Amino acid sequence: MHETMVAQSLFSTISEESAKQNAKPISAKISCGTLNTINNETLCFAFEAIAKGTICEGIKLEVEHKPIQGRCLNCNESFTVVLSNPSCPKCKNKEFDLLPDAPLMLEEIEFQTE
Amino acid sequence: MYKIDVGKKILSANEEYALKNSQFLTKRKILCLNMISSPGSGKTTILIRTINELKGQIKIGVIEGDVQTDLDAEKIRATKAPVVQIETKGACHLSAAQVSGALENLPVDNLDLIFIENVGNLVCPSAFELGETSKIAVLSVAEGDDKPVKYPAIFARSKVLLINKTDFLGAGVQVDFDIERVKADARKLNKGIEIFAISAKTGEGMTGWYDWLKKKVKNLQTG
Repeated sequence: MHETMVAQSLFSTISEESAKQNAKPISAKISCGTLNTINNETLCFAFEAIAKGTICEGIKLEVEHKPIQGRCLNCNESFTVVLSNPSCPKCKNKEFDLLPDAPLMLEEIEFQTE
Repeated sequence: MYKIDVGKKILSANEEYALKNSQFLTKRKILCLNMISSPGSGKTTILIRTINELKGQIKIGVIEGDVQTDLDAEKIRATKAPVVQIETKGACHLSAAQVSGALENLPVDNLDLIFIENVGNLVCPSAFELGETSKIAVLSVAEGDDKPVKYPAIFARSKVLLINKTDFLGAGVQVDFDIERVKADARKLNKGIEIFAISAKTGEGMTGWYDWLKKKVKNLQTG
């Protein structure tokens, strides 16, 4: 449900950029880490509701999920951590350091040309 | 059609406030702990007992977050600890801007430790930095022992896990809760997490938690 606040911030930034470009935004690309716990449908639904009747109405949101990585304390391998049952895919060791999670980013916006 | 690269953090407005809060607290050497859990895990009861039993040792203030009402603030107020209530009016988590406003209304020059009792929710609050020193996860035994696996984000990010309501275990109450499983699952994601099994109702196991708090406050003030 925190997607509502994420959608609100996203809406503000896209609106600002659209004003700068003086153009209509069509789509936006977002990326996020595992620990941001973003649900695509909830985010898109919230964004649609907020964007209704504004220049952002109808924007297509594309969300790229960057899974959280870990580093094995035994063999030093970096790997994608499956949070429900994490272990190193190379040596099967279960001891690892979690690497910093990817931040929630607005990567790019696509605009319509007149 | 054309594209522009933005490369901007979506929650940068929240993060700016979080940074401001963090600097504000660091400057005053105040330990700030953001408590996150499901509704009903016993956060308020833990706080009340902690405040009462550490009276004269640690000066504690509280920021209470709730969707509605100031019931929790009322309970904290009875301990005489300074408390500020934030009513989120529907929002499922506290924001750094709300905490910033609350900090202005606490007697910060006379506090060693501020607890932020976040809105009861095991998912959303963990995604919003408030400028706290650390996050504290609370899990009560009635919620079941699968929660670290089902809701990993908060357990991966917390410095401490308080397993509360342990008086239910072995009290003839039917609770399926394997405490060793919870500890193992939490440590899979977070090797260094400190885990204290407590009952805020009976006071059992609270000493380890108090010692941790005292050590952290001391380290911050002398470090």
